[in-house]
Amino acid sequence: MHKEGDFEIKVDSLSKIEGHADLEVKVKNRKVEYAHLKISESKRFFTQAVRGKSALNVAQVVSRICGTCSIAHLLCCIEAVENASGIIPSDQTMVLRNLTMDGLMIRDHAMHLYLFCLPDVMNADSILEIAENDRELVEKAFEVKSAGNELSKIIAGRAVHPPYPIVGGFSRVPPNDEARKIAHLLKDARDHALEFADIFRDAMPLFERKTHFVALKNQNYEFIGGELCSSEGYCISRKNFLEHLNRVVKPYSQATGFEFEGREYMVGALARMNLNREALHPDTKRDLSSMLAYFPSNNIYMNNLAQAIEIVNCIDHAIEKLETSDFKKEQISLPKLAAGEGVGVIEAPRGTLYYNLKINNGGLIDYINLVIPTAQNMVNMEKDMEKIVQDNLDVGRSKERIRVELERIIRAYDPCMSCATHFLKVRWIEEGSRKRT
Amino acid sequence: MGLPFAKKDKISVAWVTFACSEDSSILFLELLNQHFFEWIKKLEFRHCRMLKEKGNSLDDIDVAFIEGAIATEEDAKKAKMIRENAKLVVSVGACACTGMPSAQRNVFDEKTKEEIRLVIERFGHMEKVHPIKDIIKVDYEVPGCPMDEKIFLETLERCFKEFGVK
Ligand code: SF4
Repeated sequence: MHKEGDFEIKVDSLSKIEGHADLEVKVKNRKVEYAHLKISESKRFFTQAVRGKSALNVAQVVSRICGTCSIAHLLCCIEAVENASGIIPSDQTMVLRNLTMDGLMIRDHAMHLYLFCLPDVMNADSILEIAENDRELVEKAFEVKSAGNELSKIIAGRAVHPPYPIVGGFSRVPPNDEARKIAHLLKDARDHALEFADIFRDAMPLFERKTHFVALKNQNYEFIGGELCSSEGYCISRKNFLEHLNRVVKPYSQATGFEFEGREYMVGALARMNLNREALHPDTKRDLSSMLAYFPSNNIYMNNLAQAIEIVNCIDHAIEKLETSDFKKEQISLPKLAAGEGVGVIEAPRGTLYYNLKINNGGLIDYINLVIPTAQNMVNMEKDMEKIVQDNLDVGRSKERIRVELERIIRAYDPCMSCATHFLKVRWIEEGSRKRT
Repeated sequence: MGLPFAKKDKISVAWVTFACSEDSSILFLELLNQHFFEWIKKLEFRHCRMLKEKGNSLDDIDVAFIEGAIATEEDAKKAKMIRENAKLVVSVGACACTGMPSAQRNVFDEKTKEEIRLVIERFGHMEKVHPIKDIIKVDYEVPGCPMDEKIFLETLERCFKEFGVK
């Protein structure tokens, strides 16, 4: 029989996040015993499936790991193949890749913030309910999301699994007039993006738990290039990222977690904002200066505000590039692949994505290894869950209320489950023990 | 000629995903950019975890859209349950229509199969990954990886027609 103060909370199939996850929390004598996030998405074994396949199109295959951020997988894997083969992409290619990432961030953050989080903020159950009361707001949300979608389409060919980005460059370069047209669309969406940033700023719940943040750091708040840095103030070589990670296997979950330097850490928009806010676009800084003061922050809910700011930043960044670049057709010959090992690192919407692969003499993939954002956040997420339950218990909140708070804090991470579970570790290690990768 | 189903103002739909990367779900959310206000007049999202938290139900569904392949017994059971409750079932995307790429482990060599065996056993995965039509009867398919937008829109139109939704 349960004593007063003992209970379990189970939430099956969290709604409004991608993929499939369940939560389990156990409380004894009003103290949290554990908080578990159980990922129940089936593995699809991509890393096995691509062995022996041509390195030239492996990126198109692995991008099927995750629908939400297929573009990040695609570009990160292409970078790893180029790095392994000593291929150096042109400056124009880098501009186009950055624009591709801008489109992804705008679209993907808008989906998460406006469709999944906005109802929390407005005390509604869903965007459907908001639409009944405030049609205009919902129209604005779709306008921003759609601008990101159009940007992806023009630059990369499609918002999901885009065809133009390839090893060595882009198979199609946008004509200048198309680029300028998209800049217009983005300008129209910008005011709405600012308005949403205001809405989120005013609605961030209070929460504090000191943790560690890791992100790429560079001069223009870009998602490609730069060094991998920690909020503790040091940077590491991107090549050695794996050496700083411990894999943490949870027997109850189909996904693995990671620790950085032996501790839980967070990757994602909040990590980027904590590390890179000085590098935001001048126009973004000008219009959102009052919000930047909230960072650096140890409040995971601020991840949502960071995403809202990133939308504006990506719009500003993209407008500038689209208006000032003179895009020229490029001759890209089929690149010659050399055997070798390579690394790709990119900031996906949900945080640092890492690829490490080896190409053999025949230009085929020997092995591929990847570390994805949601797996890196897993341990941190569970620690935050424990704390939120304890905090709420301490002030006497009901079980039902705690359940709502739990779902909400997980949603703040914008976790992507299909991506978190592609991971395979054959050796199952008991809970608590861990292995150095 | 009469309609195949009783005439309605709005059809109740379910959007369910199994083993997949949910790319077609994302495309569906992108289609909402243009179609949201039109569709909320014609569709009742009875089960759509992407869009709402409360009140998701698989009872009495007119059209069930299924993305992803079937990899576990539990998913197969759920698919059968959906079939019983839905008048029309539509497979969306290559994984649901053909099994691939989610079914790539079906063709692994013995060595690779051995490597993944523990995971397969531990989480009750089936011997092979199946397209939806292996498990239940499917009325329409929207192929593509991700789903072909045009075929999706045409299929939806067809559903509207069959229920006399204007
Ligand atoms: S069919 Fe393609 S796009 Fe759809 S879930 Fe499967 S891999 Fe993703």
